[in-house]
Formats: sequence, C-alpha cells, structure tokens
Amino acid sequence: MSESGSIFSLALGLVLSGDAELWSIIALSLRVSLTAVALACLIGLPLGAFLAVVRFPGRGAAVALLNAFMGLPPVVVGLFVYLMLSRSGPLGVFGLLYTPAAMIVAQTILVTPLIAALARQSLADLHGEYDELFRSLGLSTGATIAALIWDGRYSLSTAALAGFGRAIAEVGAVIIVGGNIEHVTRVMTTTIALETSKGNLALAMALGLILIALALGVNAAVLALNRTARRLAYA
Amino acid sequence: MLKPPDDGKARAVADRASIFPLEVSRLSFSDRGRTLIDDVSFRMEGRGITILMGANGAGKSLLMRLLHGLLQPTSGTITWGGRPLDVEVRARQAMVFQRPTMLRRSAEDNLRFVLGHLPGPAQDARVEELLADAKLEHIRKTPARLLSGGEQQRLAIARARATDPDVLFLDEPSASFDPASTFAIEELIRRVHADGTKIILITHNVGQARRLADDVVFVSRGRIDTHQPAAEFFAKPRSRTARAYLEGRLDLDALDYL
Repeated sequence: MSESGSIFSLALGLVLSGDAELWSIIALSLRVSLTAVALACLIGLPLGAFLAVVRFPGRGAAVALLNAFMGLPPVVVGLFVYLMLSRSGPLGVFGLLYTPAAMIVAQTILVTPLIAALARQSLADLHGEYDELFRSLGLSTGATIAALIWDGRYSLSTAALAGFGRAIAEVGAVIIVGGNIEHVTRVMTTTIALETSKGNLALAMALGLILIALALGVNAAVLALNRTARRLAYA
Repeated sequence: MLKPPDDGKARAVADRASIFPLEVSRLSFSDRGRTLIDDVSFRMEGRGITILMGANGAGKSLLMRLLHGLLQPTSGTITWGGRPLDVEVRARQAMVFQRPTMLRRSAEDNLRFVLGHLPGPAQDARVEELLADAKLEHIRKTPARLLSGGEQQRLAIARARATDPDVLFLDEPSASFDPASTFAIEELIRRVHADGTKIILITHNVGQARRLADDVVFVSRGRIDTHQPAAEFFAKPRSRTARAYLEGRLDLDALDYL
C-alpha cells in the first residue's frame, strides 16, 4: 500500500472509531462556526434587508463596501480582532483573546458581510416585486423588512449556508485570535495546519475528510432548499 | 347571488365618516420633462362603480396611482373628504394591480398578512368570510403562487378587501383572463361594492365596462375628456376620441406616443 493510501485508511479509522480528541475538535469547530453564523444572520439579514429597502444618501457606497467586504482576508480580520482584544487593546479588559469567544467574534465579522450582501441581492429583487403592494398597504419600513426576510427565507437560508461554509473552512482568523491551544481553541482547520507541519498526517487527513463531508453536506442542503423553493414557487 | 352586507359590517362602515368626496384640483404630473397628467380637476362621490377608460399611455394608471398616493403630483391638490392624502386616508384605500402580487405564503396566509391587527377568533372569522366570497376555501393551504391567474387575482381582491377600504382601485384586474375567470372576478368586485366600497376600475374591455360601470371617466392624453353616467356614455359619448375608442377606430390625435 502506498504511503498516502495508508494515511487515508488510518484517517478513516480515526473517524470511524469515534476518537475522543478528534470529536472534541469537531465539536468545538461546529460550536464556534454555528454560533458565528447565527450572530452574523442576526446582524446581516436585517442589514441586507435595510439596504435593499431604504433609500438614503451614501447607500450605493455602503452596498459597494459591503460587497467588497464579502472577500475580507481572514488573516486581516484575525489581526484586527487581535488588536481589539489584546491586553492593551480597547476591549482587552474582557480577557477574551485565546478563547472560543474571540474566535466567534472573528468569524462573525468575517461572515456578516457575506450574508448581508447575499441577503441584499435577493431581497432587492423581492422588494422590487412587492414594493407597490407594500406601499399600497402603507407598510412601515420595519414591517416591510420583516415580511421580506420571511418571504425570502429560502434564498436567505442559502446565504446562511454559504456563510457557514466560509466560517468552518477558514483558518487565518481563528488561528490568530484563538492561538490553537489544545483542548481550548483548537478547531479542525488549525489542527490540520499544525498536525501537517508536525508530520502527523493521519489526524490532519481525518479532519480534512470531515471538512470535505461538511462541504458536501452544505451543498446538498443548498440544492434541496432550492428544489423545495422552486416546487412551492417560493424561489 | 349577492348577499346583502351583514349587520356587523354595515355597522362598522356606518361608524366612521367616509373619506369622500374626492376632490382633485389642477392636478399635473410630469416625468423627465413630459407632462403625463395635464391640469386635471374633478370631484367624485363615494358611491357606485367608476370605470376609467382610455388608450394605452393616456394616463389612467398614473391618475390612479396619484389618487392612491403611490406617486406624488408635480402640482395641484388631491383631497379626500377635505383632507390631504395622509396616512389615515391611505389606510382606508386599497389597490389591486394588473399582475397580482402574491406573497410567498399560502392563500390563507396572504389574507392573514393584512389582518394582523385582528385578534385570533375575529381574524379566523374574517379569513373564512373572505375565502368563501372569493371561492378559494378549497385551496386555502396552497402556496399562493401556485394558484391559477384567475385564482390569484381573486385572492388579491380578497386581500385588498380585508382592510375594509372605503375605496378600492383596480388597474385592469382581468386583463389577459378568459371569460369564466373574468366573470368570477367581476362577481367578486360586485360583492366588494355591495359592502359599501367605492370601486374605481381601469379596463380596456368595453363589455366589462358596460357590465360594471355606473359612470365612466374617459382619459385622453393626460386629460379627462369626459365624465358621464355609463348609460349615457355608451349611447352618446360626449368626446370624439371616446366615440372613436368605443367604435374601435383609431383616433390618431389621441395617440400621443405615435
């Protein structure tokens, strides 16, 4: 058996044996990224809807900025959050650096523009369709935003999944603000980076397999959502 | 066929003063240098079914949107019962568009969307009543966007009616529907009218206008050419352009977009 083949079978064995260390890393990754995506949705969906609905001076610039932030480099976000949270930084008193909370903050910042920008795009189309009806009904801005978010729920779920895909796969931000501390802030991507450099390829490969499975799962969910939306004419 | 308005409804309508008469004074609307509504003045009472007719581009839809407050006039005034078109006046108006806008929800939830102010049991009762009158009870749980065009338009009318408007605007509600769907839509419009709601409706369908109209406003080139009782208008329209329109002749003077 070739070397890569034996690494692969070792990795598969680790995944299937329910290795405690492996699964605690996976659990932390999911906790950090899912929390970050939930927070990013709470901020990003209303923000995207607001930009889709409300006309104000500087709106075009705000949208351009948001679209540009979709591609924020994770290491830059990590550096920014590090500076904020470090002992001498403005938020240093909270002592959050090198905790899962810091990683959640970093991923939330990373993912919010993506979710907000995707939400704005799809809700702007929906708003174009609903605008005359809502103005005829005299709906307030708040009620309009709430209705758009509910009626756009399928495409917004897709945006949230895209955000999750970005969060779970990034390494640059969480390694800077989390520090990759064993049993505390070690997540899948940071472990892969470390274990690969240490030559422990089986654990790295096992985590890689999980990440790929998650990516496939996210895409399957997007596909299923789109299909349901089309079947119900909610797309 | 038509039930009289039930007591509760009649009382609700009597409890408040109507937003009529509608008074329009020297109303104009321009867009990109073109005058599309040109110094229009008229007065309208809150009874009956008024039909707006006129060629495409004459300004019927614009006029309707100005009356409903979806557009702001360039000059002139619109008052309802002596009041400007404020939030309260607008809350007593409703509009149905040519292409029904269906929320991405079930038929029933499209109605509940505008009935949020009613408490549970009252809301349920109103939903039943609206679905029954629109003959949509059997498809209440169906996603609204999967309904046929005619069903969607009946749902749109039911939804507009849900707010108990004093006036209902309809912009070509049955354009592109077959005779059976058109008949069902007209029957529902009559039902709304029987509630005590003033109907203002745009149509190109002369048969429909004859069936529904109490009076006809004929719009041509951004002006009101004539406003006559229906019987009189169809027998002897006072305007040359309207006569040509009814006879299906082309009055080239009236077609400002050629």
